[in-house]
Amino acid sequence: MTYGACDVLNISVRRILLTLTLTLCTAWTHAGEWKSLLEDGIHDPAGPAIGILQQPAEALGILPPDVTGNKVRWRKALEDGYINPRASLAPDTRIRQLDTNILMRNTGDLPYVLFPHKPHTEWLDCSNCHERIFKSKTGATPMTMLAILNGQYCGQCHGAVAFPLTECGRCHSVPATEAGNAASVR
Amino acid sequence: MPRVSARPARRGRWSAFVALVLVAVMADDLGAEYADVVLNKRAEREGMRPVVFPHWFHRIRFRCKVCHSELGFEMRAGANDVTMDEITQGKFCGMCHNDEIAWGVDNCDLCHSGRPGLRSGIYGGHQTLGPGRW
Ligand code: HEC
Ligand code: HEC
Ligand code: HEC
Ligand code: HEC
Ligand code: HEC
Ligand code: HEC
Repeated sequence: MTYGACDVLNISVRRILLTLTLTLCTAWTHAGEWKSLLEDGIHDPAGPAIGILQQPAEALGILPPDVTGNKVRWRKALEDGYINPRASLAPDTRIRQLDTNILMRNTGDLPYVLFPHKPHTEWLDCSNCHERIFKSKTGATPMTMLAILNGQYCGQCHGAVAFPLTECGRCHSVPATEAGNAASVR
Repeated sequence: MPRVSARPARRGRWSAFVALVLVAVMADDLGAEYADVVLNKRAEREGMRPVVFPHWFHRIRFRCKVCHSELGFEMRAGANDVTMDEITQGKFCGMCHNDEIAWGVDNCDLCHSGRPGLRSGIYGGHQTLGPGRW
């Protein structure tokens, strides 16, 4: 089997287009800056609040940067003390936290998913997830990536408010070969 | 031979084209995504601009659990049936926008700041970007 000129051309056209696509993808997803309220498509540019409301760039530009979503690495912003949002209003509200990890291995060819309770319970209460979205029992909640992409399970927050689902590696973070036994496994 | 090998090449171009279109669609919304929630069940019908609730602004000051557990906001756009009367009586946004924790309800335009015609829902994030929508 030999390749003719046509095949070589076709293959390189394909490769060039792929490279171009990937480059544009990366450029586009990583380019955006904080849109001003005037051009976010949501605020009324003619309304009296423009000019009084805070511009996102002013508040978010000084926090640890991210490449997607709000362009803020919110976990780091909290853990490194850039922000210290209140955890309760009433003095007697119980603040619950948990520091366990769950390794989710139903991931096909991709690295396993490591779900960490700690960064979640810093922000959220148990009742935000249990038992409405997830059972408190490892392996008891059947999940698929499709359902997640449709806004269920992890997708209820990730994509909307927390870092978006395009960051595969932030969830799929443990290669099968490196899976130790430090976590609860499902 | 050329005919056979032309197929994968064309497919290559086709998939690159599809990818480009998808990226172009996504590019519409790229730049930061704010996860602003628009509340407009009644506001516009009753002569006020739609309400824009900015998550990014509030999460700098309050953890999610304050609103979504302690104060009882359902974590689903549209799930809270918020009315102006209840806010004035200290419920929903009025639990904080009461001249104590934050400025009070007389600042109508700061909340009612949305573009006319907006539908209720979350803007930015998985509702506007990502395979879930296609
Ligand atoms: C962001 C969502 C989320 C929050 C908030 C959350 N959990 Fe979980 N939790 C999960 C998920 C996902 C699992 C795994 C479920 C499965 O495998 O089916 C889990 C599993 C568990 C388990 C069983 C596994 C283990 O680690 O022992 C317990 C117990 C648990 N959670 C308790 C809690 C408590 C207590 C809190 C509050 C301090 C809490 N969770 C907050 C998502 C959450
Ligand atoms: C917010 C976390 C999160 C992100 C981001 C994420 N995944 Fe997943 N993914 C999961 C979870 C959880 C599962 C289910 C694991 C289990 O049940 O053991 C999963 C499962 C999968 C599976 C297994 C098959 C299936 O359909 O369930 C594939 C393939 C997959 N993800 C691909 C991806 C790709 C590609 C991306 C990036 C575009 C991605 N994931 C981003 C959390 C995530
Ligand atoms: C109730 C909302 C909610 C749900 C459901 C949820 N998360 Fe999260 N997650 C958050 C928030 C908020 C953060 C903090 C970082 C941010 O906002 O981007 C976070 C952070 C994370 C981080 C740490 C990211 C980092 O920067 O290091 C991982 C990993 C993660 N989530 C995975 C998951 C997986 C996997 C699931 C599903 C099994 C899930 N999350 C479900 C809200 C949620
Ligand atoms: C100051 C109060 C407040 C804080 C803090 C807050 N939220 Fe919300 N959240 C709301 C309101 C209000 C809505 C819209 C409810 C409605 O439309 O009925 C909402 C809606 C949501 C939704 C639904 C989006 C959808 O797609 O339907 C999610 C998910 C959510 N919040 C997650 C979070 C997470 C994660 C955090 C913390 C990082 C957080 N919220 C912090 C008030 C808050
Ligand atoms: C947990 C308390 C809390 C709740 C609940 C709350 N807010 Fe706020 N909000 C605040 C605080 C604090 C500020 C900042 C006040 C200041 O700067 O003096 C604020 C500021 C704002 C701003 C101005 C943002 C800017 O750019 O300056 C808007 C708009 C707003 N809130 C809308 C809402 C709406 C709409 C709701 C109900 C859906 C709501 N808030 C619920 C605490 C809250
Ligand atoms: C803290 C934020 C906030 C402030 C300040 C505020 N509103 Fe509202 N308002 C809302 C929300 C949220 C709704 C529910 C939006 C919806 O779904 O239609 C609403 C709804 C309304 C409605 C629709 C009918 C009803 O009763 O629900 C009217 C009319 C209204 N507001 C008028 C006003 C006026 C006039 C002021 C100033 C005196 C004001 N609002 C100040 C948040 C606010």
